[in-house]
Amino acid sequence: MMSQITAAQAAILAINSLALGGLLFLLSSGFSLIFGLMRIPNLMHGSFFMLGAYLGVSLLDTGIVIGGTLLPNGLSLFGLTILEHGFTIPRITLVPQVPNIFLAALISGTIVAVIGGVIERFLLRRLEGQILPQVLLTLGFAFIIADICLMVWTGDPWQPSPPSELRGAAQAFGLFFPLYRLAILAVAVVIAIALWIMVDWTRLGAMIRAGVDDPPIARVVGIKVSRLFTLIFCLGAALAAFAGVIGAPYLSVYPGLDFEMLPLALIVVILGGAGSLLGTLVGSFIIGFLYNFGQARFPDLAYVILFLPMLLVLVARPQGLFGRNVA
Amino acid sequence: MTARLRYAAIAVALLLLVTLPLWMGNSYYINIASQILLFAVFALALNVLVGYAGLVSLGHAGLFAVAGYSSALLLQAGFDHLIADSAAIVITLAASAIFAALALRSTGIGFLMITLALGQIVWGVAYRWASLTNGDNGVNVTTRPAPFGISLASAPSFYFATLLVFLLALITMAVFVRSPFGASLRGTRDQARRMTALGYNVWLIRFLAIVFSGFWTGVSGLLFIYYNQFVSPQVAALTASAEVLLMVISGGTATLFGPIVGAAIVVIMKNVVSAYIERWNLVLGVIFVVIISFMPEGLVPGSVRLARWLWQATRFRATAARPSEELKP
Repeated sequence: MMSQITAAQAAILAINSLALGGLLFLLSSGFSLIFGLMRIPNLMHGSFFMLGAYLGVSLLDTGIVIGGTLLPNGLSLFGLTILEHGFTIPRITLVPQVPNIFLAALISGTIVAVIGGVIERFLLRRLEGQILPQVLLTLGFAFIIADICLMVWTGDPWQPSPPSELRGAAQAFGLFFPLYRLAILAVAVVIAIALWIMVDWTRLGAMIRAGVDDPPIARVVGIKVSRLFTLIFCLGAALAAFAGVIGAPYLSVYPGLDFEMLPLALIVVILGGAGSLLGTLVGSFIIGFLYNFGQARFPDLAYVILFLPMLLVLVARPQGLFGRNVA
Repeated sequence: MTARLRYAAIAVALLLLVTLPLWMGNSYYINIASQILLFAVFALALNVLVGYAGLVSLGHAGLFAVAGYSSALLLQAGFDHLIADSAAIVITLAASAIFAALALRSTGIGFLMITLALGQIVWGVAYRWASLTNGDNGVNVTTRPAPFGISLASAPSFYFATLLVFLLALITMAVFVRSPFGASLRGTRDQARRMTALGYNVWLIRFLAIVFSGFWTGVSGLLFIYYNQFVSPQVAALTASAEVLLMVISGGTATLFGPIVGAAIVVIMKNVVSAYIERWNLVLGVIFVVIISFMPEGLVPGSVRLARWLWQATRFRATAARPSEELKP
């Protein structure tokens, strides 16, 4: 069950860990901000990641097309034929094919942000302050999204190839590093810096921090907390979908990816502390390293090892490494 | 409902349940009835936490699976039913205690997230630790037990065994709800700080409630593997935790009979829906969204309220009251 790791393997594992850590940061930062600000554990977050990835795959493949043959077997209820088979509607291309994965990630992020925004504005909003209904609503949507993805993209895994210019490997110190994984890390770092500037240095960021620390007072001093909620929710959804797309050549997309990523985001946030970007960053890379090295040394238990730091943090510091308020 | 009417209703329900295999000849329907009863035990167990303790667990399928897998693996290793099942219950109690110790570091959302993560650990072990759990292929349970020499192989005999366990669970719950412990648990749900001030050990009360809930979850897990004679990682999946939570909230939380009605609704719906379309998860999700958005007090009281509201709206259009906006869980 255990296997030794050579230095060369360790270097590759480290790059993989950094890439996974970067993806986890993109996924979890939105989750953390939503949780910190709105006190909603958004159980749809893994679904946003998966839906985004699937949309990205489609964008690279054919563009987003609706229509074609629906119900190839027709629809019958209680032995009564309701619709003949081969019910077709005209094919309409909503978004044309795009050549670049990062462009696909941006478009997919935008689409998922709109979907997230609609769910927040029209359904979650009505349940403000009620934790259980909010959780169940997001869980319900997680199931709906999972099943729709299964219907549209079938059960087969999809793995787009990375862009041609990033397909090779960089050579350094006599070792080869896959370029695309380095690119994922670079993109994640750029976005992390952008988020940090936004949260720590802009007026919007000040409002977000105020909202995280004390929502009622933030309202009293005239911050439109409700609009902020929608904005953050859309941003979180977009980041998750973006991560899903750029992660697709690395992780591939398959049914069940959503509920595999969601617990990772949960652990990262429990580790780092809700609403703390720095905590999310640290947590993401801890989990990234633990996952890859755990996978290499204890393949059977890799998934379980991931939860160990969470347990330690819970016992020693329930508010998370960098969290201020207890969840 | 007056007390006498209530007792009469319970007596009729009991009579129907006991005689069910007689008037429901088809063993397919008897099996569905067994499923409803075993999931009702599971839902009753979860209701202790969701309804009476105010702690929402999204990891209970994990405990359910711990019991199922422990017993299945011990049976596979050649132990007999009594030893395997007793050991499985002890292991489940230990797992519940661990769940409780960790999840009670927090309440509210934190509790929910930690239980979700713990449930996923169990799923991860069941799915990935293939050398122990046989991974996605699951573990077969070749025989059902034969307590006191009575074989449970046929559908009616298994139904009666499940009914017996179900009635035991129901009686335990009824006693529990009326007991001082039940009252103090409700106290910790409603006024945790006052309970602390009154000298109650809130943490301990919650801890014991989780272990109590874990016990009945384990029992239902054992019934489940004997019913299916098979256990796979699917049992520990988040979907399974969500399904049993749906049973609890659809019937109405913190009521004795709500989870039973909820279990019946979900099991019947799942069987009916699966017969026509393969999109059970989609239907499950839609039900969640509809219940939360339109009848947050539960499917049964919610339908009654909506029907009454619709009836009134058609009769007095001008004075029709809006449905209550109080969406308390």
